[in-house]
Amino acid sequence: MNTLEFTLLVGMGSLLAGFLGSLTGLGGGVVIVPMLTLLFHVDIRYAIGAALVSVIATSSGAAAAYVKEGYSNVRVGMFLEIATTVGALVGAAVALHLHVSVIAIIFGLALIYSAFASLREKSEHKADVAPDRIATWLGMDSSYPTENGMTPYHVRGVPLGFALMFGAGVLSGLLGIGSGAIKVLAMDQAMKLPFKVSTTTSNFMIGVTAAASAGIYLSRGYMDPGIAMPVMLGVLGGSLLGAHVLAAAKVRSLRLVFTVVIGFLAVEMIYNGFVGKM
Amino acid sequence: MTAPDIRRDQRMDQIMAILLRSGVLLAASLVFIGGVVYLSRHDLPTINYRVFQGEPQELRTVSGILREAGKFHGRGLIQLGLLLLIATPVARVLFSVVAFIYEKDWTYVAITMLVLTLLCYSLFGGGL
Repeated sequence: MNTLEFTLLVGMGSLLAGFLGSLTGLGGGVVIVPMLTLLFHVDIRYAIGAALVSVIATSSGAAAAYVKEGYSNVRVGMFLEIATTVGALVGAAVALHLHVSVIAIIFGLALIYSAFASLREKSEHKADVAPDRIATWLGMDSSYPTENGMTPYHVRGVPLGFALMFGAGVLSGLLGIGSGAIKVLAMDQAMKLPFKVSTTTSNFMIGVTAAASAGIYLSRGYMDPGIAMPVMLGVLGGSLLGAHVLAAAKVRSLRLVFTVVIGFLAVEMIYNGFVGKM
Repeated sequence: MTAPDIRRDQRMDQIMAILLRSGVLLAASLVFIGGVVYLSRHDLPTINYRVFQGEPQELRTVSGILREAGKFHGRGLIQLGLLLLIATPVARVLFSVVAFIYEKDWTYVAITMLVLTLLCYSLFGGGL
């Protein structure tokens, strides 16, 4: 395969990944690393660098759409950013010393988790949550628009949310993913934020977390322009395309198919990690 | 939070969204131009990405990337686009610092400054 063929094929694969990722809400970044390593036999460190770039691009590109849709909680997001950026720095530093097989296995497990998490039913309904001392002190309580007008909500479980976010940051720096599934888990389950608020805030945080990891990958020379170029342009184009057809598509069955594909990729990553084929 | 507070937060969100979109658009254009230069100048050999070599020093640092891009080298231009893309969320955090100063919310000025410091450290310090 020469450089032109490589660029075009990776670009087309990334376009498809971005398209499906945006339609299903799973994000295009999660399939970039398996695609590059399993299909194109790219070293996993280059693949993670390129995936980080695509995560920043889609997160920042989607921000405008999210702003129209609802409210992100800037204070919650910014406070938790401390945990995710420190986590990302730790994760990226650890990645430099881990064997690629170990990274591949952890990646496979994280893929299975995010595929599993995406199939869970989401319920918007929240029981009345009592105010929490730490959240009140940090001024996190806010309100968001619903059918009944602006509905106030309280934030809880700040320490647990903070700890989960550190974990999300570590995985992001280690694997080059957005860790959106864990971020939503932390805010939705641990901190009892309304679902819409936690998804929009999570999207805002994903870009900042990925930027912290990407800085390290770039300065360590893990960011190859020849790979990152088709990946970034492809995923970005695909996700914009996906956002346009989102309204008309039958997302449920598509999400199921995409989840099965991710499951297969995860198993293959883990298998390759164990037999040392990475 | 009172109603004016929330309205102000929402306006802040909208300005941020425009900032992010412009950053991504500009970065993508640079990467695209760099890609065209890269593919047209390249004598197109087969590159083996299976073997990890790491990038040369001039494509790792901010000053090196600026020099390479200034020479209109394809790989340098792409890397400058990627650098700009990484800088986009950083700019958003910087914007938040200013917004919190404007609101005189000193707790969050401190929190946001800490996040900004961590981000700059990753980009210029080269990690832990």
